[in-house]
Formats: sequence, structure tokens, C-alpha cells
Amino acid sequence: MRIVFSFLLLLLLLIFPGSAARSQDDDIPKKFFVPPPPFSEGIFPCSQCHAGMPANPKRRALSMHSEISEGFNHAKEQRWCLDCHNPDNRDKLRLASGRTISFEESYYLCGQCHGTTFRDWRFGVHGRRTGQWNGKKEYRLCVHCHNPHQPRFKPLQPLPPPEQPGDIKYKELSADQIPLNPLGDIK
Amino acid sequence: MKPENDKKKACHTLSRRSVLKGGLLGLASLAIPVGSADASIWEAFFQKHFREMNENEIAAVIKRLEKEYADKFKTQFRIKTSKSLPGTLFGYGLDLSRCIGCRRCVYACVRENNQSRDPQIHWITVLRFKKGEKWVNDLEASQKYYFPEAVPEDGHFYMPVQCQQCENPPCVRACPTQATWKDPDGIVVIDYNWCIGCRYCMAACPYGARKFNWGKPRISQKELNTETHYLGNRPRYIGVVEKCTFCVQRVRENPGKYPACVEICPVGARKFGNLLDPKSEIRYIIDHKRVFRLKEDLNTNPKFYYFFAT
Repeated sequence: MRIVFSFLLLLLLLIFPGSAARSQDDDIPKKFFVPPPPFSEGIFPCSQCHAGMPANPKRRALSMHSEISEGFNHAKEQRWCLDCHNPDNRDKLRLASGRTISFEESYYLCGQCHGTTFRDWRFGVHGRRTGQWNGKKEYRLCVHCHNPHQPRFKPLQPLPPPEQPGDIKYKELSADQIPLNPLGDIK
Repeated sequence: MKPENDKKKACHTLSRRSVLKGGLLGLASLAIPVGSADASIWEAFFQKHFREMNENEIAAVIKRLEKEYADKFKTQFRIKTSKSLPGTLFGYGLDLSRCIGCRRCVYACVRENNQSRDPQIHWITVLRFKKGEKWVNDLEASQKYYFPEAVPEDGHFYMPVQCQQCENPPCVRACPTQATWKDPDGIVVIDYNWCIGCRYCMAACPYGARKFNWGKPRISQKELNTETHYLGNRPRYIGVVEKCTFCVQRVRENPGKYPACVEICPVGARKFGNLLDPKSEIRYIIDHKRVFRLKEDLNTNPKFYYFFAT
């Protein structure tokens, strides 16, 4: 009986090989270009300073990284540094499961709470889109647009409105008087 | 001699044949080009419809235009004539829950597509609405000249409008010279050399997407984009209509780039893809999000989908 059962199981696996092996991570855009994490200059690797320093989980005003502890605004009631940063090796981040990941894969960390946004991002529907629509799609990390310590998107200065009909007049313009695009070098 | 004879003699000297001969020669002399510039004027005048030309004829037109632009702008332009890719129908998605009304898209479009800086032409118009007031069915209540210190503003939301690339485009039917048509990949294009400037298409478009060159288009030499498409962003003339082409010069390639407005959007509200590819971003949006199309009741069947990601 057992032999028949295992044979059937084997047959099933042969017919549907994908269903057993398929994991949620299949669609992670690993094959796509992701620019490196936007570290402040000279801050990485963290182990430069943190190696050998005892981990202190206490909520407090930080002397180093004061700009982070002062402006920290990311579910601040529930969270402090070591909920995301790995206390044993500061060059890594730590998921709730205990698994450590590199800063290049920080989207797993964000995706723990922001599941629906993570899903949209994976399909290319959340986040800024560059690259090729039928080729290499460029993905950004969450932290390229959202500061992880105060993730709310900052307001922007708008570019000028179109000319009002009343202001449209014919002007004699020499070549260097033609108005330039207010976009400038914004990429 | 009698006056009758006189008249008869005059008739003889100016025979029907000589009149025809002289007249034809005279007309022919008008047609003889004086310089090469005049030749290009005549070639332009007798240019066939874009879709009726064969490859050699198109190549000749491109050569003529590239020379014309080189003389005019003192830079070398590249004018592509790439045809629709097989199996593509372009669709666009715009996330209204993300747009902050910063107008980066408006000016990225201007930079990419060589719109006139003065007189000013924008292919994208960003409309601002007050939350809780009439909007989708009454765009009159919108404001397009808003200019605060920072956006988004409290109590407002924003809706950019550009050519909706209708599957059933009313502008195409209105054009008396067939200077505008819908290509197989769904992009509604304009041949600026066939447009006579009657502006019937502008009256027919329910989205205000078409813009007219009331004056001679002027762009600073250093801001010209010389990578162009015949049906897209090549420099225009006074008296022709223009509009968004989903950046035909960028997207009609394999691999092709995203339209300029998609790339610039700082909040990632703009999405683009192939409606015939079930794995494309635009299909994911249509399958999973709440989408609507502007003025759907007019049966224009746009391929521009507004949606709400959250």
C-alpha cells in the first residue's frame, strides 16, 4: 500500500513539478538592476565602529546617529533600532524570523509589514519606473525614495504652471532669449 | 486692309498650339528649381501620404527633412520611422492616489519631445481638484494654474491629462486630410507635413489633448532633442497640431525605453506597458486595481487607465 502511495506521489510531482518547488520568491526581481543602497558617505560598513561594541536595546537619545533618533518617525511607539538592525553583525539587517539579510535585500524587511505594497513593487506597480518596458526593468529599493527612519514622502516644490491665456503675447526673441525648460537638470 | 482681315491675321499668328506650348513652357519655368532649397520645397509639396510611400520614398523624405533641420537648427537630427512592433498595444496607467501634482512630467515631456518654449506648448495638463467636489464628470471645476510653495496641498488631489490614445479616436475621423491616424500599436500619430492646421481634430477631442502651433515654434539650440521620430518629436512647423505619442521614438524599439513622463515621475504614479502581454505592469493594474477611464461614456475607448493603488 505504502509503495503504491509513494508511487502516486512521485507521479504527481512529475506531472506538476512547479507546484511543489514554487516559492513566493520566484517573482522577486533579482535579475533586474537595483542601484546600491543610498548610504550616507563613510557610514558603511557599520562594523567599522560597532564591531566589539555591546548591543544596547534601550530606547534613548543617541549621541552618534542623533539625526536618526531625533527625527525617527516610523511606527516609533513599537520600534527601536534592533528591531531591524542585526545586533550580532551590524552590517546586516534582521527579519522577524531571525534570518539576516544584506542591505541590498532590504525590501524583504520592509515587506514584512507592507505586504501589499511589496507585492505591487514586485510586479512593477509600486515605485518609480525606469529601464525598458520590454527588457531590463530597473527597480529601486524602498529606501531610495523613503527614508527608512522617517518614511513619509516629503512635499516637493512644483514646477511653474502653464501660461495663462491673457499673458500669451508675441515677443521678438533673439536666440538666447528663448525661455529655457524649468526642469533644468532634474533626472 | 479691312479690319476683319486684320483680326483673321492675328488669329493665325497666335495659334492654339503656340498658346499651349508657350503656356506650358511658362509653367514649367516656374517649376524649375533655382537652388536646392527650392527643390526641397517642391518635393515637400508633392510628398505622398506617409502610409502610401514605399521604403525608398520614405528614405528620401527623411533625407530631405534631416537636411532641412540641419540647415535650420545647425545640428544633425536623426529621424526614425520605426513601425509598430508586432503584438503590441500600448496602455498607460496613472495612479491618482500617488500623484502629487509636481508637474515634473509636464516638463520632462517638453524636454523629450521638442515642444515650443515660446509660444509655450505642453502636452500634459495637470488638473487640481478640491476633495469632495465634482470632478470626473465636470472638469470645469478644476484648476490648472495652481502654484503653491509645495505640493501636495491639503484638501486637494491632482489628475494629469494628456492624449488618451483612444481605440476609437474622434480626432482621426475629423481630420479632412488623413494627417492623423491610429497605428497598429494603438498610438494615434500625426504627420506634420500633411496637417493643414484646420484644427477640426482639436474640436473633436474631448480631452483637450491636442495643441496647436499658433506661432513659429521656438526652442533654445542647447535644449533640442535630436533623437526623433517622423511621427513624434521631430521639430514642428507653424500651423500644425501636435500631441502626446507615448514617446513613440522611445517605446517603439526592442528593447524600448519607457516614456519620458514615466521615468521622471518622482512618486512612481505613472505606469506603462503592453496590453497584449498578460505579465505587463498595465495588465496587472487592470486585473488587480480599481481603474477607470476618462469620459468613458463617450465611447472613445481610451488606453489610458487612471487607477488607485491604495
